[in-house]
Amino acid sequence: MTANQVVFLVLAAIAGLAAVGVVAFGNNPVRAALLLVLNFFVLGFIYFTLGAQLLGISQIMVYAGAIMVLFLFVIMMLQLHQRSPIVEGREGRGVLAWLFGLALAVVVFASVIVPLMSVSGSPIGDEYGTPQSVGRVLFTTYVLPFEIASVLLLIGIVGSILLAKRRL
Amino acid sequence: MDVLGWLQRTSVDAPWLLAVIRVLLLVVPILTIVPGLIWWERRLLSWMQDRIGPNRTGTITIPDNFPLASLRGRKIRTFGLLQPIADGVKLFMKEDVTPSSIDRKIYFLAPAIALFPAFALGATLPQASTGFIPGTDILGPFHYLTPVANVDIGLLYVLAISSLGVYGVVLAGYASNNKYSLMGGLRASAQLISYELAMGVSLACVVLATASLRMSDMVVAQEQALWGFVPAVQNWFLFTPFGLVSAAIFLVCVVAETNRAPFDLPEAENELIAGYHTEYSSMKFAVFFMGEYAAMFVFSGVFAAVFLGGYNLMPFNWEYLAATFPAAAGFFKGMAAANYWLGPLGFVAKMAAGITFFIWLRATLPRLRYDQLMTLGWKVLLPLAVANFIVVGIWVICSNERVLGPVGGWVALLVAMGVLAILYMNLAATIKKGAKSMDKRTVKLSDPQAKRSIKLADPGPASEGGQA
Repeated sequence: MTANQVVFLVLAAIAGLAAVGVVAFGNNPVRAALLLVLNFFVLGFIYFTLGAQLLGISQIMVYAGAIMVLFLFVIMMLQLHQRSPIVEGREGRGVLAWLFGLALAVVVFASVIVPLMSVSGSPIGDEYGTPQSVGRVLFTTYVLPFEIASVLLLIGIVGSILLAKRRL
Repeated sequence: MDVLGWLQRTSVDAPWLLAVIRVLLLVVPILTIVPGLIWWERRLLSWMQDRIGPNRTGTITIPDNFPLASLRGRKIRTFGLLQPIADGVKLFMKEDVTPSSIDRKIYFLAPAIALFPAFALGATLPQASTGFIPGTDILGPFHYLTPVANVDIGLLYVLAISSLGVYGVVLAGYASNNKYSLMGGLRASAQLISYELAMGVSLACVVLATASLRMSDMVVAQEQALWGFVPAVQNWFLFTPFGLVSAAIFLVCVVAETNRAPFDLPEAENELIAGYHTEYSSMKFAVFFMGEYAAMFVFSGVFAAVFLGGYNLMPFNWEYLAATFPAAAGFFKGMAAANYWLGPLGFVAKMAAGITFFIWLRATLPRLRYDQLMTLGWKVLLPLAVANFIVVGIWVICSNERVLGPVGGWVALLVAMGVLAILYMNLAATIKKGAKSMDKRTVKLSDPQAKRSIKLADPGPASEGGQA
């Protein structure tokens, strides 16, 4: 086992456990959110190990940094210590949930993990994920989608201000 | 030179060992300097407020039975330098009170989460020149020792890690199960989100000017000729018009990001007791304290690296001076060597200057009101930073040799700044007029039960009358 594999396995284990924890801590939204932040944070490190520096740091900045703060904001406005008044009855849905879950796991395994089994090492160069190379591609080949996405975001910002402000 | 040889060999044979050394060279100085900072803050603040401050701790009186008679009764003064150590011992010895109905795991995790970004933030800072030893073409020892990771995304890393700084505060506020703490945490999150944007845009201006996100490239860009045509002086971004604006915005944002006065609303003691760390005592409080000072120190380092020429002691290009004035070439060459070898000291000196500025601000300015805080962040700093960004863009295009050249570039920049200022003043006047007409409106409130309307007049023209 190479050092790279050890690093990947450690990161993947943390990310995976954190992702499970998000669901497992369903009755404590703050902990679930915290684990989601951890998951995003570690995912950024996995991007780093793949040479995608810009993507990794964007992941940490955008997801772990900005969005999660807002998420925590929302969670804290809820009444956390009250249990949900609706209690789920046992109507055999649990069995169905397990069945569908297993089916999904098999599909994911077959379509994602099996093709990846034969992959060894990264075929891309060191320059692949640097800000320079990403920027060059973004402003030449993909300039139209990029601009459309930025205009979309701008519309979102303006729209949110329009909705939130009573008096402009 | 042997050290250099060892570094060269190790960088090939055991890069992990060098990485560990680099991390230690970053973290250990921060840990050792922070107590000194606390002493410096207390002393400087007391001088500014016409007090004496802690000057007694560590004064040793030599006892009367000391063998050397001439020394008996003498005092060895340390100007209170041991005060931080005494503070540390006090914090260790204090009773560690843990409230009963807290979220235990998050409560204990929060100080650690608060401390992590403060130390991790410095990982891309070059504390000394990463290039060649002056006069030779050998990569110096600092090349192997300084930035923990000299990555392409250096500045983005700073922004990303500083955006994680909010978690410690918010989680501490939440987990304490105290309304004041929660208020402090929420205030902190709102404040940090607001000021992060202006900080990002102000740093983006510098990125646009240097065309790199790598911190060492940023310092190298500041070693070029001042304004492109004064080769004797270095082009520290603080000396350029756009850099000055960016530096001012960045500095204000850093004060807000580190929760320092006048932006210390999350821990305003007269409103929120002590905000998010009300329920933290003993060492857990000390960890928050430590994190705040470490963050201040490292952010000063970012400021020094991005705006103050990094590790350069003085803003002069000694090599150029040595070539232009051969008579004093020896002196200038010596200065170039001093500039290289004393780089880390210069960097620390600049960080200390930044800290002193923070303390000065704390002694000078009263705490902002919450609405003032938000107005400053969103309506002043962010538009200013965005306008500055546009100006830098214009300058980058115009100062190209094929367009206008360096001098023309600066003329274009000043024109752009002037146009934007005039536009802004017109806009502000228009907005002000609109706001006034809004204030003059009267509001009619009707009470359906009394079947009569109450007329409320805002404090406006006296003719309207306030009799209703």
